[in-house]
Amino acid sequence: MELLSNLALGFGVAFSLENLAYCFAGVALGTLIGVLPGVGPLVTIAMLFPITFHLPAVPAIIMLAGIFYGAQYGGSTTSILVNLPGETASAVTCIDGYQMARQGRAGPALATAALASFFAGCVGTLLIALAGPTLGEWALKFGAAEYTSLMLMALVASAVMTQGDAVKGLAMVVVGLLIGVVGVDVNSGMARYSFGIPELVDGIGFTVVAVGLFAVAEIVTNLETREPREVYTGKLTGLMPTARDLRDAAWPTVRGTAMGACFGVLPGTGPALSSFATYMLEKKIARDPSRFGRGAIEGVAAPEAANNAAAQTAFIPMLTLGIPATATMALMLAALTLQGIATGPQVMLDKPDLFWGLIASMWIGNCLLVILNLPLVGLWVRLLTVPYRWLFPSLILFCCIGNYSVSNNPFDVYLCALIGVLGYVLVKLECEPAPLLLGYVLGPLLEENLRRALLIARGDPTVFFTRPLSAAFMVATVVILVAMVAPAARGMRRGT
Amino acid sequence: VKPDLRNNRDLIAGLLFIVLGALAAVLARDYPFGTTMRMGPGYFPTMLGGILLVFGATILLRGIRSGETVKGEWGVRPLAWITLSIVLFGFLLDRVGMVPATVVTLCVAAAAGREFRLKEVLLLAIVMTAFSVAVFSYGLKLPYPLVGSYY
Repeated sequence: MELLSNLALGFGVAFSLENLAYCFAGVALGTLIGVLPGVGPLVTIAMLFPITFHLPAVPAIIMLAGIFYGAQYGGSTTSILVNLPGETASAVTCIDGYQMARQGRAGPALATAALASFFAGCVGTLLIALAGPTLGEWALKFGAAEYTSLMLMALVASAVMTQGDAVKGLAMVVVGLLIGVVGVDVNSGMARYSFGIPELVDGIGFTVVAVGLFAVAEIVTNLETREPREVYTGKLTGLMPTARDLRDAAWPTVRGTAMGACFGVLPGTGPALSSFATYMLEKKIARDPSRFGRGAIEGVAAPEAANNAAAQTAFIPMLTLGIPATATMALMLAALTLQGIATGPQVMLDKPDLFWGLIASMWIGNCLLVILNLPLVGLWVRLLTVPYRWLFPSLILFCCIGNYSVSNNPFDVYLCALIGVLGYVLVKLECEPAPLLLGYVLGPLLEENLRRALLIARGDPTVFFTRPLSAAFMVATVVILVAMVAPAARGMRRGT
Repeated sequence: VKPDLRNNRDLIAGLLFIVLGALAAVLARDYPFGTTMRMGPGYFPTMLGGILLVFGATILLRGIRSGETVKGEWGVRPLAWITLSIVLFGFLLDRVGMVPATVVTLCVAAAAGREFRLKEVLLLAIVMTAFSVAVFSYGLKLPYPLVGSYY
């Protein structure tokens, strides 16, 4: 069994003292920022990004991954106890979770959320281990034309599937691609869009874009609209769910895991959409739909399972194809690239310790998270009382130090402030920043593959339609675009 | 319904994309375009600029038709303070050192909040400065002088 020997290698890597420590640091930090409303995994990973330069690749990616899936656990705590999503992916958990808390069943709600998350996290991790090598082997056969069409599909899907206007999403992708163009063109050595500024010749740094676009813009948005926070003050008694609760939650958990695992792989959807879709499904198939919204345990188990499964399977396209499906995965990809790791299908062959170590660490991390979230839930609740006016200046400071430390150049800090202003304006105009980041990350790759594909095809653009795999991706892209203008799809997006 | 064009959400978004697209396309004229087979450095950005112009025009037209306005107020005050605090950090760090830059950034950023309690902010500045020095200067060994010029 190749899988078993690979997993054995992975656990050997993940169980080293250093990697265990970073795994723990990641999931603990993930839980913390998941619990705190207004601080998401995207912002945190963007801020910690420069710090990972100082770490070797394996612990760096283990920690960043831990923050991401740990946040899915922490987010549910806030949803249940405060009726405020600690994390966007936990927004639907508020509906029934908070009602359960009001009925004095906060304990079982928290336990159900944690156990459903644990189940989904383990299944999702198993799926990466199973699907990764197969998909990777298949992707090794991709040529430049296939990569170009695949990236085009991912970008279009991410633009169309994110909340809000699809045309704006597409425009944001193009803006991202243009930001990616800034700097020296690898083929001709010509500096593009550098305006004679030496710092721009090297291109715009990843941290600058991610921190400016997400951290700065989000903090300003939070400052402008702040809702009063009301923490559930009742005592937490009886953490364990009853046998009946477990029976009621079992199938929704399984269904949520399946839905979430599928959504996680799709570009642009990620944990948030998957938890919402799962909730709608459960409500539709329930024998008594009126229980939803009044503390139905299915309404906690299913979405929590879905967002955790999606958080794990989102790693599949990023690790095996080198194509991120969400903005957070784009950050992970950039972290790996800056570590000097060539991402794509060759990662599994070149760096088996990284791939399998990461997978093993996810199992360990999920176990740690159950421990962190169930017996220690009281600790996290106390953290909810930390006011935002203490948090945001500290976040801004970390953003500044992080940006400065990448190049030791104040220019990056100034540029980050500028992108922050742009990001805020775009958010106000209801243009989602996630497609922009994906465009920016994939831009240089897309241009390079496009140029290579057309060079090989002697300038014949039909190459994207005559190679069968490439044609399949192109057809999928067209289908997504057509679905965008269909009213049914529009209604679905608006619902999120 | 009299359309409010000044605060029309999609009109502004469309204009922004049109300006960016036009800028990208015009600037890219300085770079050799090449052919489809051998693309020059100008090919890809020119294409992108053109596409962005089309998207921008579509969004602009839809904005005029729907007349939807920007939701809520523009948070000019928090945006200004936050931006200032970031710029000050970059400006101060290599001139006066990490400790003063950290304190100034924290205090200026805190001014962006709804309420500004001087005692709390000072306490926060002390705690976070100590934390940053411990983590970044001693832990990660970033080479910035605590107090004093970099040069």
